[in-house]
Amino acid sequence: MSESRATTATSGPYADDPRESPPLLEVRGVTKTFGSGRRRLTALDGVDVRIGRGQTLGLVGESGCGKSTLARVLLGLERPDAGTVRFDGTDPFALRGKDLLAWRRRVQMVFQDPFASLNARMSAAELIGEPWRTHRDVVPDAKAREKRVRELLSLVGLRESDAHRYPNEFSGGQRQRIGIARALALDPDLIVCDEPVSALDLSVQAQVLNVLSELRTRLGVTYVFISHDLSVVRHISDRVTVMYLGKVIEQGDTEDVFERPQHPYTAALMSAAPVLKPSRDARRREIHLQGEIPSPFDIPTGCRFRTRCWRAEDLCASQTPPVVTRGTSDTAEPHTALCHFPLEAESAWA
Amino acid sequence: MTTTSPSAPGTDTPALAVEGLCVDLTTPSGTVRAVDGVSFSVRRGRTLALLGESGCGKSMTALSVVGLLDPAASVTGGAVRVRGDDTLRMSPAQRRKLAGPVLSIVFQDALTALNPVQPVGRQIGEPFRIHRGLSRRQALEEAIELMTRVGIPEPRQRARSYPHQFSGGMRQRLLIAMAVALAPDVLIADEPTTALDVTVQAQIMRLLRDLQDERDMAVVLITHDLAVVAQRADDVVVMYAGTVVENGPVHDVFDAPRHPYTRGLLDSVPEDSVRGRPLPAVPGSPPELSAVPSGCVFQARCPMVRERCVQERPSLRTTGDGRTAACHFSEELARV
Ligand SMILES: Nc1ncnc2c1ncn2[C@@H]1O[C@H](COP(=O)(O)OP(=O)(O)O)[C@@H](O)[C@H]1O
Ligand SMILES: Nc1ncnc2c1ncn2[C@@H]1O[C@H](COP(=O)(O)OP(=O)(O)O)[C@@H](O)[C@H]1O
Ligand code: SF4
Ligand code: SF4
Ligand SMILES: [Mg+2]
Ligand SMILES: [Mg+2]
Repeated sequence: MSESRATTATSGPYADDPRESPPLLEVRGVTKTFGSGRRRLTALDGVDVRIGRGQTLGLVGESGCGKSTLARVLLGLERPDAGTVRFDGTDPFALRGKDLLAWRRRVQMVFQDPFASLNARMSAAELIGEPWRTHRDVVPDAKAREKRVRELLSLVGLRESDAHRYPNEFSGGQRQRIGIARALALDPDLIVCDEPVSALDLSVQAQVLNVLSELRTRLGVTYVFISHDLSVVRHISDRVTVMYLGKVIEQGDTEDVFERPQHPYTAALMSAAPVLKPSRDARRREIHLQGEIPSPFDIPTGCRFRTRCWRAEDLCASQTPPVVTRGTSDTAEPHTALCHFPLEAESAWA
Repeated sequence: MTTTSPSAPGTDTPALAVEGLCVDLTTPSGTVRAVDGVSFSVRRGRTLALLGESGCGKSMTALSVVGLLDPAASVTGGAVRVRGDDTLRMSPAQRRKLAGPVLSIVFQDALTALNPVQPVGRQIGEPFRIHRGLSRRQALEEAIELMTRVGIPEPRQRARSYPHQFSGGMRQRLLIAMAVALAPDVLIADEPTTALDVTVQAQIMRLLRDLQDERDMAVVLITHDLAVVAQRADDVVVMYAGTVVENGPVHDVFDAPRHPYTRGLLDSVPEDSVRGRPLPAVPGSPPELSAVPSGCVFQARCPMVRERCVQERPSLRTTGDGRTAACHFSEELARV
């Protein structure tokens, strides 16, 4: 396994050209339902996502839209009902035994709540080194483990002396750093961060975002970064995926999506988020969305956003909207949206 | 907008004035000061934001004002003036009379703030029964009218539902309906939208704004979100470790902060940031209540700290028109 990592990490002629390099992760048509009969809900509905090596993909959308479910699929924790997941060309759901264990190590997770996700009775060093109990060959001997813990602590901006402290002696931001160090312990290719800074105060949030960015620069980690905070996502992501009721409704390079959203929901989301300096977005216009997200048990026909969309017409109720693509020649991946009447690039959107 | 001249008696009295409020908290390891000399005032029609990170004492301040402090906490100093009278010197019965028609609060968590086993129409109608002596039927009619006003669809049917049968956003609307039922002078909203999605947050904020305009209420908006403050408040009180570190009109304070903490918070917002470039973060984290230093409360995290800051706690000094800051060296920030 470590062999193949070494070869792919320096992907030769493609390294500098994201257009040519195969994605680290490719998700196609992934559908996931929960429950059965009339109590069946569709959490993911035909989701397509590609993530290039070393990229950060931001995942946004209101609660219940399926972000965490998608994260769990990416981590191999939730098997999709339909669709495919390819991680570096491999289908993780086809793996068994040793191969599965070896794959698991490559994809790690950072959770929202650093308080709930850490065992209170373990020291920082034990917490960080815990994954090595399952993955024994990563750092084989005790001496090396101690050294590696110290390195990891310093990577996330903690002190070596913190190794022997317990979670209750750390602040929220420090605990989140421990969570990150722990995710790094297995030297993963992909880290899925599910609302990693949502529970943190602003001044501390900035510290943790900086740690994550620095790790990307230094170690080339690929992130899936889930957040409901649009300015955080804009800061950290190369690409953004916007979800609504289990579907990806817009996807593109971060600045394209934020500056020139195509989907009315994306524009509404951005309009709703208060900003410190409204003057920055000169074209901002207030979009007042009516109502709340419909029940996932009862998804509207046609376009699922139509019950709240200010641009909806009859067509939106009767026909599933097509994928529209706005071409940008200099980007690897297209800027797509799912809408009958997408916003124009030059329109004052929000 | 406000054209009240200082000579017009009465009209200039703030709807709420908190003066030097101190709250002590009994913990297993001794007594700590959770709120230390907090002062602010707000007039009708205006919005004052209490801004600060979690644990800085915002909720304790709010609960002291409405007289709903936890038994572990007690007010040990200061005054809370409503229409000029100090409520801290009133009898419990007098204070209860203020709750609703004069002072009212909306909490963050509507599910725990509402009674789970009573239909919401009954709960919203309750203030009318208690304070206005309406019959159950009349109170229900008032409740339905309020539910209509705050945007609950099919209010007559929904009045019979229980809190858990509503979405988070709808529950917050119910709580707001209850809080404004008796047209209070002052509405305190403690993180009213923190648990909600942005599109719903925007709806709730608009509702609060409309109700404030209709009823000419003073609003104290408690939040940790700088953008919400920028968008919604007239004045801001920045709190840190139980104290006020800066205070003034939002635009002035946010344009040119006079306290290093305010400055640090504003810089931490990733809004103007360049992708890939580190955010200017405030190092460290706020002190434990039991370990708040005797000098400046912000010294451990302050990039401008020096000897005097350790020796002497800075008091709030005037730094501009209607502005104060608690920093020995706030002039230095004015220059950069
Ligand atoms: N294990 C589960 N069983 C039943 N329903 C679930 C389960 N996990 C998620 N859901 C439902 O799937 C939808 C998507 O949830 P989730 O992925 O957690 O959304 P998000 O993370 O975007 O808030 C929601 O309606 C949620 O209630
Ligand atoms: N009931 C309580 N018992 C013990 N400590 C409390 C209680 N309520 C609040 N505190 C402490 O008092 C401080 C101020 O809390 P609070 O006013 O709730 O802060 P904020 O609302 O700004 O987040 C915090 O350190 C908190 O831990
Ligand atoms: S397809 Fe119609 S309803 Fe859906 S987002 Fe586009 S305009 Fe709105
Ligand atoms: S008084 Fe000193 S430590 Fe406190 S904020 Fe001002 S410069 Fe910083
Ligand atoms: Mg989630
Ligand atoms: Mg609070």
